[in-house]
Amino acid sequence: MMNTSGRTRMIAYRLLQAIPAIIGIVIVSFILTRALPGDPAAYFAGPAASSESIEQIRRTMGLDQPLPVQFLAYVKDLVTGDLGHSISTGQPVLTELGARLPASLELTGFALLFSMAVALPLGILAASRPNSWVDHLCRFVVTAGVSLPVFFTGLALVYLFYYLLGWAPSPMGRIDILYLSPPKITGFYVIDSLLAGDLETARAALAQLILPAITLGLFTLAPIARMTRAAMIQILEGEFVRTARAAGLSRRSMLYTYALRNAILPVITTLGMVFSFTLGANVLVEKVFAWPGIGSWAVEALVVSDYAAVQGFVLAMALLFVTINLVIDILYTLIDPRLGMES
Amino acid sequence: MRATTATQVPNTAAKTTAFGRFVRHLGYVMTENPVTALAFGLFLIFVIAAIFGPWLSPHDPLATLSARALQPPSWDHWFGTDQLGRDVFSRVIVATRLDLMIAVTAVAMAFVVGSALGAIAGYFGGWWDRITGRLVDTIMAFPLFVLAMGIVAAAGNTIDNIVYATAIINLPFYARMARAEVNIRRNSGFVQAARLSGNGDWRILAFQLFPNVLPPMMVQISLNLGWAILNAAGLSFIGLGVRPPTPEWGIMVAEGANFIVSGEWWLALFPGLALMLAVFTFNLLGDGLRDLVDPLRRT
Amino acid sequence: MKRRDFLKGVSAMTIGASALPFLKSLPAMGAPGGTLVTVMGSTINSLDIHRSGTNRPSYQVAVNCYDRLVTFGTKTLEDGSLSYDYDELQPELATEWEVSDDGRTLTFTLRENATFQDGAPVTAADVKWSFDRAVTLGGFPTAQMAAGSLEQPEQFEAVDARTFRIHLPHASKLTLPDLTTPIAIVINSELAKSHATEDDPWATEYLHRNTIGSGAFSVERWDSGQQLVYARNDDWACGPLPEAQQVILREVPSTSTRRALVERGDAQLSQDIPPKDASELTQGDQVEIVSTPIENCLHVLCTNLDFEPFQDRQVRQAIAWAVPYQAIFDNAAYGQGVPMWGGAEDEAIEPVWPQPFPYQENLERARELMAQSAYPDGFEVSLSFDLGQAAWAEPTALLIQESLAQIGIRTQIERIPGANWRTVALVEKSLPLHLENFGGWLNTPDYYFYWAYVHGNLFNSSNYDNPEMAQLVEDTLYIAQSDPAYVPNVQRMIELAIEDIPRIPLYQPSLNVAMQPSIDNYVYWYHRQLDLRPLTLGRAENE
Repeated sequence: MMNTSGRTRMIAYRLLQAIPAIIGIVIVSFILTRALPGDPAAYFAGPAASSESIEQIRRTMGLDQPLPVQFLAYVKDLVTGDLGHSISTGQPVLTELGARLPASLELTGFALLFSMAVALPLGILAASRPNSWVDHLCRFVVTAGVSLPVFFTGLALVYLFYYLLGWAPSPMGRIDILYLSPPKITGFYVIDSLLAGDLETARAALAQLILPAITLGLFTLAPIARMTRAAMIQILEGEFVRTARAAGLSRRSMLYTYALRNAILPVITTLGMVFSFTLGANVLVEKVFAWPGIGSWAVEALVVSDYAAVQGFVLAMALLFVTINLVIDILYTLIDPRLGMES
Repeated sequence: MRATTATQVPNTAAKTTAFGRFVRHLGYVMTENPVTALAFGLFLIFVIAAIFGPWLSPHDPLATLSARALQPPSWDHWFGTDQLGRDVFSRVIVATRLDLMIAVTAVAMAFVVGSALGAIAGYFGGWWDRITGRLVDTIMAFPLFVLAMGIVAAAGNTIDNIVYATAIINLPFYARMARAEVNIRRNSGFVQAARLSGNGDWRILAFQLFPNVLPPMMVQISLNLGWAILNAAGLSFIGLGVRPPTPEWGIMVAEGANFIVSGEWWLALFPGLALMLAVFTFNLLGDGLRDLVDPLRRT
Repeated sequence: MKRRDFLKGVSAMTIGASALPFLKSLPAMGAPGGTLVTVMGSTINSLDIHRSGTNRPSYQVAVNCYDRLVTFGTKTLEDGSLSYDYDELQPELATEWEVSDDGRTLTFTLRENATFQDGAPVTAADVKWSFDRAVTLGGFPTAQMAAGSLEQPEQFEAVDARTFRIHLPHASKLTLPDLTTPIAIVINSELAKSHATEDDPWATEYLHRNTIGSGAFSVERWDSGQQLVYARNDDWACGPLPEAQQVILREVPSTSTRRALVERGDAQLSQDIPPKDASELTQGDQVEIVSTPIENCLHVLCTNLDFEPFQDRQVRQAIAWAVPYQAIFDNAAYGQGVPMWGGAEDEAIEPVWPQPFPYQENLERARELMAQSAYPDGFEVSLSFDLGQAAWAEPTALLIQESLAQIGIRTQIERIPGANWRTVALVEKSLPLHLENFGGWLNTPDYYFYWAYVHGNLFNSSNYDNPEMAQLVEDTLYIAQSDPAYVPNVQRMIELAIEDIPRIPLYQPSLNVAMQPSIDNYVYWYHRQLDLRPLTLGRAENE
């Protein structure tokens, strides 16, 4: 009981800690957007607009007000849950986020799944024979992965698997033209179509995911594999493993039962960082694969000085990070018994 | 373990042997780990290309000639020519200097500012620590690439701004690391001893504590160098990079990418390979450095 | 369409489709009921063309889902492709129209059987409401209406249910052509008004998401940033029923992906094909490319007269003689388009626009002119272009940079992002040397000159200020092309443009569309949007 209340307190404390960062983000994103060059009013007035119509649009956008007033208005809207309208897509920012965030998360999620599926075994393999050629090869492979610019990998994969070989479906967003997107429950197409019992659509959505997820996943192999290897080595050299080895435990059971279970902790912590990294890299991958996520949307918004969209995007990302870090902390306490006791 | 390295105050008499030990250790690391040897070799090549690039390139990297546009690799043009007939090989070579410059300057700035902020925060704690902590948290809460994009878009896409943006997004790593390393040791024995012998806070920070931060930092610097290059390339890909006609790997890949489908693969492939190799080198170098400075911490 | 209702529909369809798995594996070409899959590079941001902030790609919704009073006929170009015909006005919603003798009153009779998609008949009141909306909401729609001298709601009169009248302050040859633009659409005013609020009297929120016209298509589904699905309106009264029952328009930002899609047959038609792809795809036979020179549009190098050295005409002429036109045409336009250099030097000027200027690459002559100018040693200047136009502008800028260096003009290339471009280039007009690509919708030379050569007007980013030119444009803009003053005036304008050369034409660009060979009857329009209505799909059963 002591444990759970301790955990709750820790989570509450973590949440409190995040508040200053969020305030900082609100301020920075506001300043950043206002510093963007160009006059959105002139841009959105369109070709052949007169100066009066530009002025008129500036008024409707509230851009004729001094900056502090604009900031207060922004904060006031924010508190009431109004993130404004994205002018470049003509949608409320909240709607955009609702539609696009799941797309980005689905992609990132699958990328991490792929990455873990490859990186964990690689890391373990490398740790089991440190400094052998297997170790070097693993290191070589994952380092090569992180050294590739994602947009380059993405284009190369599209060229090879779609254009030349025809194995992959057309890189046109989340689902092939012939399928309808599944009814929205979670926003993740694969899960939604499975929930709807529509295996065909789930398969189609999954097929669209493969190339972008691999592109993104290759980029994240290195940190996960390295962390796995490091943690495994540390534990394999640790005292209790030595004792276990002396006690005659088999190599295999030692590796998987003891070492891996203990090594998983630092790996989970790394995952949080990797996730942040991946969401950043998303921007480029989404552009290559016409993926309707928030990254591609933010790039467009940035280029046309779409203030509301950029602010909404940054805020959503920041909240997401805070949440993810929180989840990782919780996971950490759940897995690591010592931590719960201490608090 | 690391505390002891710091207390090894090098005296002149031991210097030659210490240097000799270092060389022997270097030799050991190299032979023991062929990948690291490869990385050091590659690094040397990049440095040579960066310094002597303009003299090494067989053609003028900026000279256009429409008659020889989009030629595949040949004896005259090892990496082919681009859409304006410029020699891709020359451009890749000449670009090395700029790409390395961007990465090195950005990372150096991030290192100096970040580790100073972090070390001070870690040593003195209190308000300074809290403010630095919040600043770093705020930066880290952004998707870093997107923050770099925003900064460059807002400040204008010049090389200077790309460097600043890259420096800012790298800064938290150093600040955090320096803070943590200093914080653990600020009350350790050798610091207490230094304090008792009349050294001021700043002196202790600069000469006793800061050197301890350096070895893990070296590794971080090397990894970040690679990452900084990728970052600049990504910015170029979305149109926020170096301005033409300056040759830069990222921009060459981004532009060349449009030619892949039409079969002119060499435009994107060679600068892409150069980019990859450079990042690769820095990453492997980071590992090698780790072996060198601190064999036990190797991951 | 309410989102919830729509979702219900989707789930029903999903279940229906999953019962027929084989249907799903059919390629898009053979999809039942004539589905056309098209891709484009840009994003649609509104279904309402009158809304402020609606971007250019969204205009196609107005083209396909709404009707105008009048439209243009179709003509066959020299290469066999089809184009709209500026010289032939045709009925759309108005079956006939009458111009009063003084040219200041236009009376339209509306089509009898035309109905909106909710079944309500199209009336003159709808036309008036729609035009009132266009001239009131401000921004681009209002400016475009004004180009046809349509500026005040008082000018529009609904005489009776089927008679609509326009009163003009003066006769203008531009009014009727202006009514064919996607701006002058007719909206279901009753339905719109039922969704209007006090803050939003013109129902911009509702029209932003819903198409309520009488046009050949309606937007069935719009997933912002992803796709738009058009459904055919089977009751369309203004023309033969389009072949496609459903059109899926996917947004695919990467040009190489778009090319791959249409080459592999996953998309039947792709808009925004870059010139290089166009020139290469023309050679194969998998994909058909229709490449139409964009009327009244030029890619130009502008010398801003606010920048001191460019006030010297000899400097401007020197630049015009230094530009490597052929290299630009080969390497930036890949031979797609019409050359605008090397015209005959001493001949009488034809009153056609655009036409090749007499300049060509001649560095000798350029150097001579520079030597005679006030800047024999050259100067330094930045050469800017819009990042969104980088595909042609960047190679062009690089080639120009290289050539100008040879006559002592050192340039630094600046790429300006889209949001900033409009402000600095067109509103502030502060870019000394830059690449620009204005094209006028209405195809008369004086219209181009009005926008690009009259001081203070938006596309005169060179700040060219010549009272003679301004007077000529004012005298010519509204008079009929048959007026005796018209031809000499236009000739003089072109003469001035060549002599003073504030804008150096490089070439006339082309609009490239790639499609599967089965697709036919694509018609080029001045608004550069895809008109889905005449397209034929050439499905298997038709062959």
